[in-house]
Amino acid sequence: MTPELGQLALILALLLALAQGILPLLGAWRGNHALMAVARPAAAGQAVFVAFAFGILTWAFLHFDFSVQYVADNSNLELPWYYRIAAVWGAHEGSLLLWILILNVWTVALAAFSQKLPEVFASRVLAVMGLIAVGFLAFTLFTSNPFGRLLPMPSNGADLNPVLQDPGMAFHPPVLYTGYVGFSVAFAFAIAGLLGGELEQAWVRWARPWTNVAWAFLTLGIVAGSWWAYAELGWGGWWFWDPVENASFMPWLVGLALIHAQAVTEKRGSLRAWTILLSIFAFSLSLLGTFLVRSGVLTSVHAFASDPRRGVFILAFLTIVVGGSLLLYALRAPRVAGGKPFQLLSRETALLIGNLMFAVAAAMVLLGTLFPLIGDALNLGRISVGPPYFGFLFPLLMLPVVLLMPFGPFLRWGKGESPLLKQVLLRAGIAAAACAIVAAFFVDGKLKAIAGVAALVWLGVGVLLYAYKRWRDVPPGRRYPAEMVGMLLAHLGVGVFVAGVLLTESLSVTSDVRMAPGQTQHIGSYDFRFDGAHRTTGPNWKADQGVITVTRDGKPVTVMHPQKRTYLRGQVQTESAVDAGIFRDLYVALGEPMDEGNIEGAWALRLYYKPFVRWIWGGGILMMLGGFTCAADQRFRVKRAVAVRADLVPQETRA
Amino acid sequence: MNRLLPFIGFMLLMGLFGFGIWWNTRNDPNAIPTPLLNKPAPAFNLPKLYEPTQMVSKADLLGQPYLLNVFASWCIECGVEHPVLEAAAPSLGVKLVGYNYKDAPADAKGWLAAHGNPYALLIADESGRTAIDFGVYGAPESFLIDAKGVIRYKHIGPITPDVLATKLKPAIAAMLKEAP
Repeated sequence: MTPELGQLALILALLLALAQGILPLLGAWRGNHALMAVARPAAAGQAVFVAFAFGILTWAFLHFDFSVQYVADNSNLELPWYYRIAAVWGAHEGSLLLWILILNVWTVALAAFSQKLPEVFASRVLAVMGLIAVGFLAFTLFTSNPFGRLLPMPSNGADLNPVLQDPGMAFHPPVLYTGYVGFSVAFAFAIAGLLGGELEQAWVRWARPWTNVAWAFLTLGIVAGSWWAYAELGWGGWWFWDPVENASFMPWLVGLALIHAQAVTEKRGSLRAWTILLSIFAFSLSLLGTFLVRSGVLTSVHAFASDPRRGVFILAFLTIVVGGSLLLYALRAPRVAGGKPFQLLSRETALLIGNLMFAVAAAMVLLGTLFPLIGDALNLGRISVGPPYFGFLFPLLMLPVVLLMPFGPFLRWGKGESPLLKQVLLRAGIAAAACAIVAAFFVDGKLKAIAGVAALVWLGVGVLLYAYKRWRDVPPGRRYPAEMVGMLLAHLGVGVFVAGVLLTESLSVTSDVRMAPGQTQHIGSYDFRFDGAHRTTGPNWKADQGVITVTRDGKPVTVMHPQKRTYLRGQVQTESAVDAGIFRDLYVALGEPMDEGNIEGAWALRLYYKPFVRWIWGGGILMMLGGFTCAADQRFRVKRAVAVRADLVPQETRA
Repeated sequence: MNRLLPFIGFMLLMGLFGFGIWWNTRNDPNAIPTPLLNKPAPAFNLPKLYEPTQMVSKADLLGQPYLLNVFASWCIECGVEHPVLEAAAPSLGVKLVGYNYKDAPADAKGWLAAHGNPYALLIADESGRTAIDFGVYGAPESFLIDAKGVIRYKHIGPITPDVLATKLKPAIAAMLKEAP
C-alpha cells in the first residue's frame, strides 16, 4: 500500500507545482497580491510531498519491498543498508526523484531567502522554479515511475550495479545534482528579469550568491566523480571525456563564464544580454546533460536508461523550456548596450577573454560529445572522437586563460594601468622561470612537468602579489572581503590543479607485471613485494585479494590489498588499492591469475606510481571553497531593495 | 535578428536530436559502403601490442581469414561491443585480430585487463597513420578480410548482438562457403 502513497504524493506535488508555476505569474501580470502569495505555500507543500515520496522509496529499499519493480531491480537481501540507501538514486527512476527533491530544496531555500526581494520579482522567480518542477514531475509520473509494481513479487531482487557500490557513489550524485539543479536558480532569476524588464541589472546581484553556490557544488560533484572513477574503474585514470562526464563539465564551464560575467554586469552594468544568455545556457546544458544521459541517444557506460519515449519527452521539455526562454530573450533582452564604457586594457576585457574561452571550450565539448549523433545524421556511422580530440583542444583553449589570470585582479575596471601589469609580468614571470629551471633538474627535463611547475608558480605568485598589494594599499578591516578571498582561493586552485595534471601525466610510472608470490618490483623509488593472494568475502561479494607490501629503501611504507570482486549476480569488479599521499599515490590493481584456478600462484598486476595526483582534486576543492567563500560575502545579503544601492560606492575604490 | 540567433541555433540542435531519436528507432545506423570493399586490404606493418618489438604485416596474416576490429580504450562504443565480441570470439569461425587505434599502449593494456581480451592477436597503431590507409575515421570499426587479403565486409560502429547475427555471421558464412 505504501508505494501507492508515494505515487499519490508525487501526483499532489505535480498539482501544487502547477499552482506554483502558473498562479504567481498571472498575479505578477495582473498585479494581484493574492495570486502572487500562492508561490511560497505552494512551493513548501510541493517540497513536503516530494520529500514524502522520496522517503517512501527509501523505506521500500530499507524494507526489501521487492514488489516495487525499481527496488527489485536495484537491490537484494544481501546488499548492506548503506548501499540500499544509495541504491535509491542508483538508476534512472530514483535519480530523477532525487533531481526533483534537490530542485525542491533549492526552491524552498529561495522562498525563504527571497522575502526581501520585490514581491513581483520574487513571485516570478518562484513561478519559474515551479514550471521546471512541473516538467520533471510529469516526466517521472508519465515515463519513469519509481513506484511501479512487480507481480508476482520475487523472493529476492537483482543487484545494484557493482560499479556503483562504493562510498563515493553515495555522495557523488546528490552533490552533482545540487550543482546541476542550482543553475535553475540563476535561470529563474534571468527569466524573471526578462519578464520584468524594468528591473535591469538589480537581479544580477541577487542571483550572484546562488550561482556561486551552485557552481561550487557542481565543482565538488565533478571532483567526487573523478575521484570515484579513479578509485573504482581500476586503471588509474581520473578523467575520460565520457559523455556523462562531459554532461556535467559543460554546465560547469558555462557556469564559470556566468560567475565572471555576473561580476561585470553587477558592478559595471555591461554585458547584460550576455549574462542573461549565459544564465539560460548554464541551465539548458544541465537539462541537456540529463537528456543525453537519460535518453540513451549517446551510448555510454553510464547510460542506464534507454527508451525512446523518454527521449521524446525530454526533447519536448527541452524545446519548451530552452526554446521558450531563448525566444523570450530574443523579444525582451536589453536592446541598448548599457553600462559604463571600458577601454581595451581593462578588467572587463580580461574577463571577456576568459568568458569567450570558457564558452568556446563548452561548445567544443558539446561538439565532441554530440559527434556520434552528428556522424549519424551525416551518414558517417556512430563514432566517438574521444580524448585525442578533447585532450588536444581543451588545453589549447585554456592556455590564454592561465596566462592572463594573474593580471585580472590587477586590472582596473574601465581602464587598466600598464606599469603595474609589467611589474606583475616581471615578478611572476621571473619566479615561474626560476622554479621551472630548478624543477627541470628534478624531473629529468620532462617538458610537461616543467610546464606544470611553471604554471603553479605563475598563478600562485600572481595570487600572492595581489594579496600583498591589498595588504599594503588598503586599511585593515577592508583588505579582504569574502568575495575577493574566494576569487584568490579559486585562482590558486587553478594553479594547483594544472600542476597536478601536468605532473601526474608526465611523471607517473605504470607497470603491467606478472608476479609470483615473493617477487619484488621496483617502481619510482618504491619496492612492491607480492605476498600472494587469498579468498575473502564481503556482505554480498566474494573476492580474491592480493597482498602487496611496499617498502622504500628497505623501510616499510604500507601494505596494500587490491581485490577482484565477484558480486552475487556474477559481475566482476576490480577494487584497486590506493595508498594516498600529498606528493604521490601508490595504486595497485589486481589482474588475472596466471594459472586459472590456482590463485596462490602468480598474478598479473598493474602497479602505478602517481606523483601529485591528489593535487588535481586539491585544486578542484580550492575552486569549490572559492565559490562558497564568494557567495558568503556580506555585500550579497539582500537588504531592502533601496538599501542595496548604498554600498555600491566602495566598489569603485575596491576595484 | 541578432537576438534570434541563439533561438534558431538551439532549434536546429533540437532538430538534430529529434532526428537522432527517430533514426535510432527506425534505422540501422551502421550500414555504409566502403570504397575498399572487395578490394585488397592496404599493406601494413605494425607492432604487436604486447611485444612491441615484433612486427606484424599484411603478408603474415595471409592464408587464413580474419576479422580486424579497430578499438581504443578511450572509445565508449568499444566498451559496448566488447562483451559481444568476447562471447562470440570462439564461435566466430575466423581469427579475431585487435587493431588498437590511437591509444597509449598502457591504457590499452589496462582496458583489456579490466574488460577481458578476446583477441587472438593484437596490433597497435599508436599514431593512427596506417588506419588512414584503411579509411578508418573513428573507433569502433571492423573489417572482414579473407585468406587472400581482400576486404569482404566492413562494419562501422559497435558490433551489437543484432549486427553479429544479421550481418557479420552471414558475411563470414558466405566468405567461408566460397573459399573453403
